[in-house]
Amino acid sequence: MTPVAITMMIIALLTVWGGLGLALWNLSRHPEEKEDQVLEEVSQEL
Amino acid sequence: MTKSPAGRGGTAAPARRETFSSRRLFILSAIGSAVGLGNIWRFPYVAYENGGGAFLIPYLVALLCAGIPLLFLDYSIGHRFRGSAPLSYRRLHRAAEPIGWWQVLICFVIAVYYAAIIAWAAMYTWFSLTKAWGDDAEGFFFNNFLKSADTAGLSFDFVAKVFFPMLAVWIVVIVIMVAGVNKGISRANAIFLPLLIAMFVILVVQSLFLKGAMVGLNAFFTPNWASLQDASVWAAAFGHVFFSLSVAFGIMVTYSSYLKRKTDLTGSGMVVAFANSGFELLAGIGVFAALGFMSVASGQAVEDVASGGIGLAFVAFPTIVSEAPFGAVLGVLFFGSLVFAGLTSLVSILEVIVAAFQDKLGWSRKAATLVVTIPIALISLILFPTTTGIQLLDTSDAFVNQFGILACALVTVIVVTAGLGSLPRLQRHVNKTSTIKMGVVWRILVGGVVPVALGYMLISELQIKGTEQYSGYPAWFNGVFGWGMAAALIVGALLLSLIPWGEKSKLNDPEYEEFNAVEVLEGDIDNNKIEVNA
Repeated sequence: MTPVAITMMIIALLTVWGGLGLALWNLSRHPEEKEDQVLEEVSQEL
Repeated sequence: MTKSPAGRGGTAAPARRETFSSRRLFILSAIGSAVGLGNIWRFPYVAYENGGGAFLIPYLVALLCAGIPLLFLDYSIGHRFRGSAPLSYRRLHRAAEPIGWWQVLICFVIAVYYAAIIAWAAMYTWFSLTKAWGDDAEGFFFNNFLKSADTAGLSFDFVAKVFFPMLAVWIVVIVIMVAGVNKGISRANAIFLPLLIAMFVILVVQSLFLKGAMVGLNAFFTPNWASLQDASVWAAAFGHVFFSLSVAFGIMVTYSSYLKRKTDLTGSGMVVAFANSGFELLAGIGVFAALGFMSVASGQAVEDVASGGIGLAFVAFPTIVSEAPFGAVLGVLFFGSLVFAGLTSLVSILEVIVAAFQDKLGWSRKAATLVVTIPIALISLILFPTTTGIQLLDTSDAFVNQFGILACALVTVIVVTAGLGSLPRLQRHVNKTSTIKMGVVWRILVGGVVPVALGYMLISELQIKGTEQYSGYPAWFNGVFGWGMAAALIVGALLLSLIPWGEKSKLNDPEYEEFNAVEVLEGDIDNNKIEVNA
């Protein structure tokens, strides 16, 4: 492979898989709330 | 399955809307839907043809400026209005219901031919073991396997080797659909998607060890910077991202309607979008490593052996399987991947249709699934396992993509933005529970960049298909199954919207009324209520 092709491959892998890694990291920092808690909050608002 | 009775304070106990039991299962199912045949057989060739390594730039621009914003639009509509596509658009505004039915009918057309490709791939998984195509993969596919007729038409001359695998595909997906969102769709995705990823990773590793793999990767990643000045390359990037993410034809609206009230929509969406792109980049590496092997083995240039779509899967790949060391393993992994990628996508396409009828007619899950999917399966089994199946598939696929999905997406963004001015309320809804907040940039992208990109693509396609007969088929054939079919979808959508929402329908859903009341209390505007009061 030519150096320019290798460079483009690395950039592509870093941006796309790096983006996936960041997205997963962001999601893991915000665990989902349990639906029971949400329903309680809703009934209080009503 | 969250199907406990609502019954809080009421005597009637209507079944609560099903929800994905966890965010993880929703993400798995949404990725399963987005990762389809196109990721494996379309992306590698589109990227190679449109600048190789340089394609990354228009691709990422299209992903960030159109694909992901549109994905969030779908999520916001489905999650805010908590219904199938027709019900969600009906709740957005009573006049917008036909958009939902248009999307349902698009899914119907895709479902009937998609099952045929999965069946072909299933048979080729088996054929890989014996390399049944011998020395002539092309002749075997068209003549021996499909028994394809010389001219396009409508034949009812059935091909048993296609009919029975298709029947099996339909039985499998109907069983999944009857089981519902949690016990069927989630479970199928939780099994098929990891299996697909595992198989595909092994396939890519095996491809990388083939002689000539680096030649293929070199061709795939070498940038052609001049191509960035070509508008058609940018259109190809927007077009690919748009089709790859499964946006704007009801799937993501339907799936997000099954999310719990407080779900991180944008955070989950980012994972889905980048997982989809990550998979297709992997496919590009695997496919071009294999094509590099084919190029070296046959003494031809990569550009002479590179192809996409059916040509790649059923002509080029079988040739590679015949010549590569451990070719049978490569074949089983490749065609097995196509089967699993196709099945998870077909399930999501069918869910759009099943959910729509379930909501409008107020039927139970089982009744709606059987009444909807059995006729679709019968139509699919009458039209596609025949000697003219591949031509019919080719034309219906081309026209439903361009004049179904693309046209419908353009109408949808125009109606939602300029027509109803709904972006601010949808933005507010998304931001309420999401970690990545949408700002004015999102509104500019959805209301400005996306319609311009979609409009450009649609006009280009109208010019191409208006001046030459698609694939050289007879004018009547493209007229009926191409143009006629696309027009029939719009007429059908208007007619289905005329069917009144009965008392049993999900339009009168106490669970939603309660949810909507909270949204309105918090400052949301109910378009339908305004109209009634006025």
